[in-house]
Amino acid sequence: MSPPTALAQAAPETATSLERSPFEPRALKSVILTTAVWLAAILAAVPLVSVLYMLVVRGGARLSTAVFVELPPAGFEMGGGFGNAIVGTLVMVGIGALISIPGGVLAAVYLAELGPESRLSQIARFATKTLTGMPSILTGVFAYAVVVLTTGTYSAPAGGVALAVLMLPTVVLTAESAIRVVPKITRDAAYGMGCTRSQVIWKVLLPTAMPGILTGVMLAVARAAGETAPLLFTALFSSFWLFDGGVPRLWQPTASLAVLIYNFAGMPFENQIELAWAASLVLVIMVLVINVLSRWIGQRRG
Amino acid sequence: MVKTETQSSTNGQSRSGEAPTVVIDCKLDHVYYGGFLAVRDSHVQVERGKITGFIGPSGCGKSTVLRSLNRMNDLIHGFRFEGHVRFHGQDVYGRSVDPVAVRRYIGMVFQQPNPFSMSIFDNVAFGLRLNRFKGNVAERVEKALRQAALWDEVKDKLKNSGLSLSGGQQQRLCIARAVATEPSVLLMDEPCSALDPIATRRVEELMIQLKKDYTIAIVTHNMQQAQRVADITAFFSVDISKGSRTGYLVEAGPTKQLFESPQEQLTKEYVSGQFS
Repeated sequence: MSPPTALAQAAPETATSLERSPFEPRALKSVILTTAVWLAAILAAVPLVSVLYMLVVRGGARLSTAVFVELPPAGFEMGGGFGNAIVGTLVMVGIGALISIPGGVLAAVYLAELGPESRLSQIARFATKTLTGMPSILTGVFAYAVVVLTTGTYSAPAGGVALAVLMLPTVVLTAESAIRVVPKITRDAAYGMGCTRSQVIWKVLLPTAMPGILTGVMLAVARAAGETAPLLFTALFSSFWLFDGGVPRLWQPTASLAVLIYNFAGMPFENQIELAWAASLVLVIMVLVINVLSRWIGQRRG
Repeated sequence: MVKTETQSSTNGQSRSGEAPTVVIDCKLDHVYYGGFLAVRDSHVQVERGKITGFIGPSGCGKSTVLRSLNRMNDLIHGFRFEGHVRFHGQDVYGRSVDPVAVRRYIGMVFQQPNPFSMSIFDNVAFGLRLNRFKGNVAERVEKALRQAALWDEVKDKLKNSGLSLSGGQQQRLCIARAVATEPSVLLMDEPCSALDPIATRRVEELMIQLKKDYTIAIVTHNMQQAQRVADITAFFSVDISKGSRTGYLVEAGPTKQLFESPQEQLTKEYVSGQFS
């Protein structure tokens, strides 16, 4: 009985005003800051939304099944599509992924687990971080020297190698941190069960780190899919199908969405410019799907 | 049987009386982490079918000793063990011994529940698959979960992640994981320190159940817990006389005797709560 009475007596003395006073300095400051943060958040979304809007309006108009199944038109030609460029992008990103993911994840295992403080690790980590900031056109120069000059032709594998170099640092660094954040107690549990070092890595560390590794892989793939520069003088471009009656003809110039957009956007023909818009929309949708996928995988962690 | 270094140098197996069977005979001379002498002069024996408790103040080396028994400390850089740990007569620190094999016979439960990020079933089946167990895995998983008193709570959600369980359930899952391969000894390093009192009580009951089938050594900072579960208790303390902090075994014996009529003054002071 006594506590409520005590409260009732104390209330008039202590709680003078419980009402909102929006013009009191502290409240005012809070309102201004909140508004500023809101505006900044909206501002950050403006570029993406406006680009998407333009793409949907201008690219969407031209989108039809034809663009997915037909070949790029020559100048003055009407119609056409970029089916071969979609295939080319998928194949080259696939080759890039096939090279960079196994190599990158294994490198990450070394960096995170086998010799985190070793001299080799320090050098590799430094090289990888430097590679992250490397202008993407230089990966194209590298692949040109290593693949195009030695094989004597522009090709999908050359483009794939250029993309692999581009993807490698993202894969290595995200995989390394994903493996590192596996708690020490989980490693202890694995060793305590009688795992050898390689069993700890294959049966416990990699599966536990998998969501994080996949997130990095997806980000690398998304970035590679949109890159033009590495492909300009490795894969070049082509107006023909990569597959001839189901048989891949890899060792020839190969089309990609990014290079098609680059080429067509600069042409003085309305048809090609429309196709460039449509191809941009398709490319952005592909990248968005991969990004959303990677976030979804990342959220399933734990 | 656990004895202090001064009491005995004989092998426990040849002692008279009820002829206790010593499963682990650890004669630890020195344990170093780099240049730091962590534990010295401790002779600990773990008997079959009993619970041996290691108690003592923080930094007294009780966990180090426990983790030396299955060579878990080998993972710590700079760890060096001088002495021997005879497991069924064979020195686990012998030249030809594979520490990985040792850990398959001497299982471990850790302070923090640490189930793997996989399903409840896969957690328990982990050790079986590791050892290429040929029999019925599902049967053994059920048996282990029953032994860990967890079966009824998880039998309908074996596919759920082990991490979705509560802390106490996770710790019992870890116990199930450890016993699934039927190791001969179970080491428990403060298994209840991250659990609430109710979960703690469940794990303690579980230990008493498990000692029918397993030999258990447990580190605990909780003297009441040692009195509740341990048949034999070993009391470690810290020697700070030489400007360093080195743990050593003060006294060991049947739990009741150690707590009610300790031989050493230091033990008397510790069990009566005069320091911790």
